Amino acid sequence: MNNLKFDFTVDKTNNSVLITREFHAELPLVWDAFTKPEILDQWWAPKPLASKTKTMDFKIGGRRFYAMILPDGQEHWGIQAFAFISPKNHIKWVSSFTDKDENINTEMPSSNWELNFSEQDGKTKVSIVIKHKTLADIERLIQMGFKEGFTMTLNFLEELLTKKI
Amino acid sequence: MRRDIFQAVADPTRRAIIVLLALQAMTPNAIAEHFDTTRQAVSKHLRILTECELIKQEHQGREIYYSLEIDKMKEIDKWLEQFRKIWETRFNQLDNLLSTIKKNRK
Repeated sequence: MNNLKFDFTVDKTNNSVLITREFHAELPLVWDAFTKPEILDQWWAPKPLASKTKTMDFKIGGRRFYAMILPDGQEHWGIQAFAFISPKNHIKWVSSFTDKDENINTEMPSSNWELNFSEQDGKTKVSIVIKHKTLADIERLIQMGFKEGFTMTLNFLEELLTKKI
Repeated sequence: MRRDIFQAVADPTRRAIIVLLALQAMTPNAIAEHFDTTRQAVSKHLRILTECELIKQEHQGREIYYSLEIDKMKEIDKWLEQFRKIWETRFNQLDNLLSTIKKNRK
């Protein structure tokens, strides 16, 4: 579709997932897309999932409380707690799973996210590092990611099958 | 006739069972509690999933536990590919959104 850079690697020794992507847009717009709930909700959930931000206080010490909604209406709630913000440059947050009342589920692994934004030649590059505490946490998320991913795949399959008939 | 994976996942109840078992091994009774259908109907779904080797039975004392066939379903590289695709989809959505926003500004 385009020649925008996209890297996705897993660093098993550091329990980290590294993602880099370029966008054909100026930095302030990309920054807004990551930090304004009304824009974020339009792309954060890969279809057919939907993202719904209930509250978002984008400042150090603030948090985003949001749900990922499965096609069957099931809601999975979580928070991003903002630990550091340097406008149009750098964000750090801690991601945790919660119940629908914003209570953190301590049995589920949390992860530390670090995002860097930079602009060059009219393109904006976003680098994301997602660091987990232990390899066991990654294993756990693999199961969940599997669940989410597999459910999605199944729904896509269903959509495809329905269209063909 | 050997059943295939597409047949296994063609049914919404069976998909829901897979999602349940992705989190933990469960007894047939515990699985059945999640559904409004009869115990027999759930048993039938479990049988089909077992025949497809998507789930397996394990005896623990007198109880039977069903769990996902981890080797078959949770292969890390496959998952990573899946995970990568999630991000790819996400970013493609953002690309479209960014170009829409830029257009609307003009």
